Amino acid sequence: MSLQPFINEAISPWMKEEGPDNDIVLSTRIRLARNFEQFTFPIIANEDELTPIVDVIKEHYHHQSFADYQDLEYISMEELKPIQKRVLVEKHLISPNLAEKSKNSGVLISENEQVSVMVNEEDHIRMQLYFPGLQLEKALESAFAFDDWLEEKIDYAYDEHRGYLTSCPTNVGTGMRASVMMHLPALTLTQKLNKMIPAINQLGLVVRGIYGEGSEAIGNIFQISNQVTLGRSEADIIDNLLSVVKKLIEQEQFARQLLVEQSELRLENRIFRSYGTLKYSRIIESKEAATCLSDLRLGIDVGYINHLSKSILNELMILTQPGFLQHYAKETLSANQRDIRRASIIRERLKLENE
Amino acid sequence: MECEECHERPATLHLTKIINGEKNEIHVCERCAKDKGYIDYDEPAYSIHDLLAGLFHYEPTVSKSQSFNKQQQETLQCSKCGMTYREFTKIGKFGCASCYDAFEEYLNPIFRRVHSGNITHDGKIPNRQGTFLKKKQLVQEYKGKLKDLIENEQFEEAAVMRDKIKELENNTAKIDEDGDK
Repeated sequence: MSLQPFINEAISPWMKEEGPDNDIVLSTRIRLARNFEQFTFPIIANEDELTPIVDVIKEHYHHQSFADYQDLEYISMEELKPIQKRVLVEKHLISPNLAEKSKNSGVLISENEQVSVMVNEEDHIRMQLYFPGLQLEKALESAFAFDDWLEEKIDYAYDEHRGYLTSCPTNVGTGMRASVMMHLPALTLTQKLNKMIPAINQLGLVVRGIYGEGSEAIGNIFQISNQVTLGRSEADIIDNLLSVVKKLIEQEQFARQLLVEQSELRLENRIFRSYGTLKYSRIIESKEAATCLSDLRLGIDVGYINHLSKSILNELMILTQPGFLQHYAKETLSANQRDIRRASIIRERLKLENE
Repeated sequence: MECEECHERPATLHLTKIINGEKNEIHVCERCAKDKGYIDYDEPAYSIHDLLAGLFHYEPTVSKSQSFNKQQQETLQCSKCGMTYREFTKIGKFGCASCYDAFEEYLNPIFRRVHSGNITHDGKIPNRQGTFLKKKQLVQEYKGKLKDLIENEQFEEAAVMRDKIKELENNTAKIDEDGDK
């Protein structure tokens, strides 16, 4: 299999568009948790009790289209091989938690992969909408419209005082988690981000790694999202998040400028060494690859490297994940084999740019 | 610095071992440290749920005697899904929508802690199911505005606002009547 079609498969169609502030913000996501009023939540329901939920989704939404989200397809977890599940996790279309389930759990995905609806994860329904760059308001508007569309056929568990009822008390109310994925190399390098995190937390927001709860920030990519879901309207939550993200963008740009002015040669050296590592490595671990890719992207953003496309970080961050490497190789690989395969994919991808 | 064990990977962990008062420094990579048992294998991350489970063990301060309260908590159970309050505090998750009613009197302190002091929803109302609720929310909003207008002695605007409220309330009343038929 040549690399180009594989890249096309790895990169969701919506990611190919350039979004606002895309030099720092990779993507925006809105997730809404919803439950059926009459059925037991997945956490204690037995498999038979979950069947009617899957049936409703299949009957009314499988092969349907809504707005920009064409031809939604329901995929049952039962049908997927472990590597296929892993690929969906790495593309953020399902959560690791859903991947562990099999019967009566699944996901509804639109053709452009911009919407995914996880069915019978922790809640009966968790819909996620993705947008390139920073587009919180647009994302919320679309999420509300999609939510209304689902609600046409589903009686949600909703209480006048508590809002949307969820399995976990941390999601009750709006059931909304809005998050923004940011590349913050300069704030990390200058160790300013660590100092900003407590202040961000005080505003009811959390800073996490790229694969969500408990994950480490690899490649200087951070996810900023709201923690509080009760007592504030969705629009207020988004306003609050947006103001913090804008501040972070401003600070990151300032830190980049300072780095360029004060340690030009050292920064340039670091970036080109990383470029060299990516270009010539024969074995590379995922963490090192992520660090070098982050450097490379910074190099493109500050203008040291002009002949590479910006999308290279997003693409290679996904392509070099264990699931994708094995999907590409069409076999299970050991950690060492993956490191070799990863180095070769990166070299090939960089070669595509030079052509 | 390279790892003292495998001499391949860089040493990322620097440990100090003290045996019989004798200090020994060890420089190893993470993999070797795990193999040699210096650190635990895949220590599970401390999740938000572990934290929450602790938060739930919370005795609401009510005038009833504590022991009575505890007894009540022991037997409290959701009649729909069968989840007990005790199970709920243990796993930190509700079993079904009805659990919210069943455990209602213990929920406010939990929500307050998790949601920065908030206990009441102030966001979206379901589009189809919530037509009635939406009207109610609008009336509430108009009443607030009416109060402001009166305070500012903008009586003409206030009169318009009052009519709007009346209209909405009449509509709602009509819906109720229709529903009764």
